[in-house]
Amino acid sequence: MRGVRKLAWVEVKLFIREPLALVFAFAFPFFMLFILAGVFGNDIDSTDPESVEVWRGVGPSDYYVSTYVGLVMASAGLITLPLRLAGYREAGVLRRYRAAGVSVPVVLGAQVLVCIGMAVVAATGIVVTSTLLYGTVLPANWALVLLAMGAGLLTFASIGVFLGAVLPTARAVQGAGLALFFVMMMISGSGPPRDVLTDSMRLVSDMMPLTHLNLLLQDAWLGFGWAMDQALITLAFAVGAALLAVRFFRWE
Amino acid sequence: MTGQHPAQIPGERAVAVRELAKVYGPLRAVDGVSFDVRRGEIFGIVGVNGSGKTTTVECLQGLRDRDNGEVHVLGLDPATQRDALRHRIGSQLQESALPDRLRVWEALDLFAAISPRSRDWRRLADEWGLWEKRRAAFADLSGGQRQRLFVALALVNDPEIVFLDEMTTGLDPSARHAAWDLVRAVRQRGTTVVLVTHFMDEAEELCDRIAVFKAGRIVALDTPSALVRRFADHSTVRFTHEGDDLPWLDGCPGASAVEREGTRFTVAGDGPLLAYVASALVAHGIAPLDLRVERPTLEQAFLRISEVEATTR
Repeated sequence: MRGVRKLAWVEVKLFIREPLALVFAFAFPFFMLFILAGVFGNDIDSTDPESVEVWRGVGPSDYYVSTYVGLVMASAGLITLPLRLAGYREAGVLRRYRAAGVSVPVVLGAQVLVCIGMAVVAATGIVVTSTLLYGTVLPANWALVLLAMGAGLLTFASIGVFLGAVLPTARAVQGAGLALFFVMMMISGSGPPRDVLTDSMRLVSDMMPLTHLNLLLQDAWLGFGWAMDQALITLAFAVGAALLAVRFFRWE
Repeated sequence: MTGQHPAQIPGERAVAVRELAKVYGPLRAVDGVSFDVRRGEIFGIVGVNGSGKTTTVECLQGLRDRDNGEVHVLGLDPATQRDALRHRIGSQLQESALPDRLRVWEALDLFAAISPRSRDWRRLADEWGLWEKRRAAFADLSGGQRQRLFVALALVNDPEIVFLDEMTTGLDPSARHAAWDLVRAVRQRGTTVVLVTHFMDEAEELCDRIAVFKAGRIVALDTPSALVRRFADHSTVRFTHEGDDLPWLDGCPGASAVEREGTRFTVAGDGPLLAYVASALVAHGIAPLDLRVERPTLEQAFLRISEVEATTR
């Protein structure tokens, strides 16, 4: 246990020493916050039924705030975590750890802990910024929001480990992970509202874990209740990715 | 070897390998290798690149699964008892790295924390000349400093046996000699050392016994001096002399060839050649100031072993 704690602490320090990685990983949700809040504001024409439907009856900025929390988790799972794992494998760090008797759960556990911690910090930053700058609503149901966040962290931690396990190099992660991230950022609810997507876009969107996580978070945040279907789908992604990660993990 | 399971005689053998084989696709990287390493000895593994040295020690450390044969390290099978073995051995790997921004002291502290048993990493850092650099990031270390850090990390769990794979690659000559002294000190503490190297001077200087690998097999295994005697038993006596040829040199006992290039004479042969050549020279009133003998080195023996094998194949 001493090993995990120490390794996790070392990883935190390493993370902080490479601020570029931090900025890069968590900059996009903030860009989206500033751009979309600037474009749409937080008011809708409540007499226009179409507009009410698209924004689910709330202001655009209120609509988006929870989806940025989801986006932070996606960025941790699709970029930060696999980049570190694949980079470590490529450089021989994993090999070195393994020879010293560090087990797979310890290496992955430390990485996952750090990424979860960073995601929580970034999500908090997003919510605080959005609340202070744009006066967006805070969660209607904190317990459900925290539960949804837990599900999201679990899912994207699994996906991150899976990508880190199957993508051979940091370069591959930069390609595949970023591509996945941008697709999700654009069509999983953090970009154009789901209602304005074309049918084919919505089809792709339905296959993305972030779409379901965002709906889960949004419902909890806006007081629409617990979206059980979305919760189950999100967790299914978590379990699937975790199983694949265990199956395909390689030290070198 | 019937009835001599290494686990039953732990006091004698640190490593026992029988018919070890590892295949990568069509390549038989290790092709039926057998040897023992005694407790407390420095055992050398030499050979050209691709001869199976690293694969062999990786199988010994449980970093690679073997395809055939039996391996016991400290009485344990590295393939099935990896975890039990891990904390009793030290590994300095040929190709590995640490996170770029990790500092020297953090690496030592981390690796000490991972192991249930550990030495004081501050002393290790001091011994391996890393104390001054303890706050430096891994990426900012020179090749030699990295290498020393890896060896120190291999020793931080106070192992019973340590595997050093090309430990001195990238070190400058003075750092190499310092590293040799440290390896001797490691052995003095009772640690068995398995040393993979392609520097013959290093093997000759440090090792009690040496296994010469070639194309996945061991082609010779003996003490350095026995290998030299067996494969390179000839000396060369050199001196300069201005004047006539010295035909009587051929009559020196053991001399097999006398060559002259300008004023430089070379007498090749076996046995106590220098004594005979010197006495013949003095008897003829010649006393060259630069008379000297060149003893064969392990390097010559190694080249010879490679040749012999090549012609018998």
